[in-house]
Amino acid sequence: MTDNCVPRLSIAVQTALGPFCLQASLEVGAEPVALVGPNGSGKTSLLLSILGLRQLQRGRIVLSDEVLFDAALAIDRPTEERHLAYLPQDFGLFPHLSAIDNVAFALACRSERVNPRQRRDQAMTWLDRFGIGNLAERNPSRLSGGERQRVALARALASSPKALLLDEPTASLDVEARVEVRAFLAESIRSLGLPTILVTHDAMDVEALASRVAVLEKGQVVACALLRDICSAPPTSFASRMFCSSRVSGSVGIAGPFCNEDVRHN
Amino acid sequence: MTQAALSRARSRRLYSAAMVGLGGCLLLFIVLPFVALVLDGGPAAILRGLGCALTWPALRLSLGTTLVSVVLVVVGGTPLAWWLARSRWRSARWLEILLQLPVVIPPAVGGIALLLAFGRRGLFGGTLERLGWTPAFSVVAVIMAQVFVSAPFYLQAAVQAFGRLDPNLLAVARSLGASPPRLLFRVALPLARPWLIGGAAMSWARALGEFGATLMFAGNMTGKTQTLPLAIYTALELDIHTAQALSLLLVVFAFALLLSLRRFNRGVELTRQPATP
Repeated sequence: MTDNCVPRLSIAVQTALGPFCLQASLEVGAEPVALVGPNGSGKTSLLLSILGLRQLQRGRIVLSDEVLFDAALAIDRPTEERHLAYLPQDFGLFPHLSAIDNVAFALACRSERVNPRQRRDQAMTWLDRFGIGNLAERNPSRLSGGERQRVALARALASSPKALLLDEPTASLDVEARVEVRAFLAESIRSLGLPTILVTHDAMDVEALASRVAVLEKGQVVACALLRDICSAPPTSFASRMFCSSRVSGSVGIAGPFCNEDVRHN
Repeated sequence: MTQAALSRARSRRLYSAAMVGLGGCLLLFIVLPFVALVLDGGPAAILRGLGCALTWPALRLSLGTTLVSVVLVVVGGTPLAWWLARSRWRSARWLEILLQLPVVIPPAVGGIALLLAFGRRGLFGGTLERLGWTPAFSVVAVIMAQVFVSAPFYLQAAVQAFGRLDPNLLAVARSLGASPPRLLFRVALPLARPWLIGGAAMSWARALGEFGATLMFAGNMTGKTQTLPLAIYTALELDIHTAQALSLLLVVFAFALLLSLRRFNRGVELTRQPATP
């Protein structure tokens, strides 16, 4: 019974993916998991599969006590009923809507009956909560990278998601915005406590945002462990290059960035 | 050294002259007929032509039928294009090619095909007649011919517009809980709007100029199925200046359509998000 209180995303899927087979098992609880691997290893495909945007041959995806996909039982919930918040690399704000209307869009999707004025008030509350109430009427093209991400996150949460999927959240930002966005995301993810999967190429993202790392190689999850353990015994050459090169520790500016993990979380 | 520079300068001049000459020839070739259309005979002859008995029924019929056609094309073409653009079904690609056929076949062939399908003695004509409906050689036939030849212009623009939409935006909209109609009406249509309007305008222009299929399938009856292009054809046998006046009407209308389209699309030019602020 106590298990039901902790939201949990369990994934065990299998499908043909180009030259190889996507075969991944992943358990995501309240601790964010970073999905890393070389280009073409199937990270984005796995994310899209969880979203229900890619056809799967076998497997089962369960979010808390709700079955999203089960090949054996022929269950395949459509994307719009999965309650997964998806933040793509460029945040996916609707360019034809202002910041507040982007958030109102999410609210409208979940509750048709609320009148537009009320919905705008709710959207405003969300923007205020993320400190961007003053930008409500701005179009996404006139927002900075950090601001866009706040709007995207406000919009995602307004749809009352049960899990969070982030695809390279800092990849499209310049260095300064990256620091800001990373700090903001880290705080948000931690306070939300939703199952979170984060695809990234950036070791600093992993360090700041995730506590566990799943290493994907040719469609297979070859390891899923604490960041510290991955770092001390990298399962693939990719993981070793990504986490254990001096370049990373150098840029973080402290000797052992990944050993601070537990300290920060306590 | 200077010799080389000289010859290089000469060859550059030669190149510019050739480019200007060739391009200019085509430009003149396209512009001169329009000049003749406006200037030949003078305003008096043109005004007299506009007074011809053929003019106003044809203009009224053309505007009425093309308006109905463009509405039918947009109303049916939008769902079809949305489905074609998103279908992973291989046959959808073949269907797309098939739907472009009316553009590449001569309109007269389209007219024959319509006649063979819906004409009184056509494949489905008997069935339609038993239902009390014989479309051939009526206003309905005019509209059918126009829809047949003009729909591909809208369909192509719409399929391309929907296909160019950022798949991430559609994925995000669905993950936020957008139902299929909301996805279409609140995300896809607003984002594709400039291209859809452009496609509708091209399709309208094509319907307005439709001649061959209309002649075959609807006939050339003044006041009943005689659209402006058919009236021009008829007027040519009476008096060239009447034909000229009617042609000018069409040109002015088409030009106005092009201009307003440009103005409009500049207004709603899609603002894409820059990758970095």
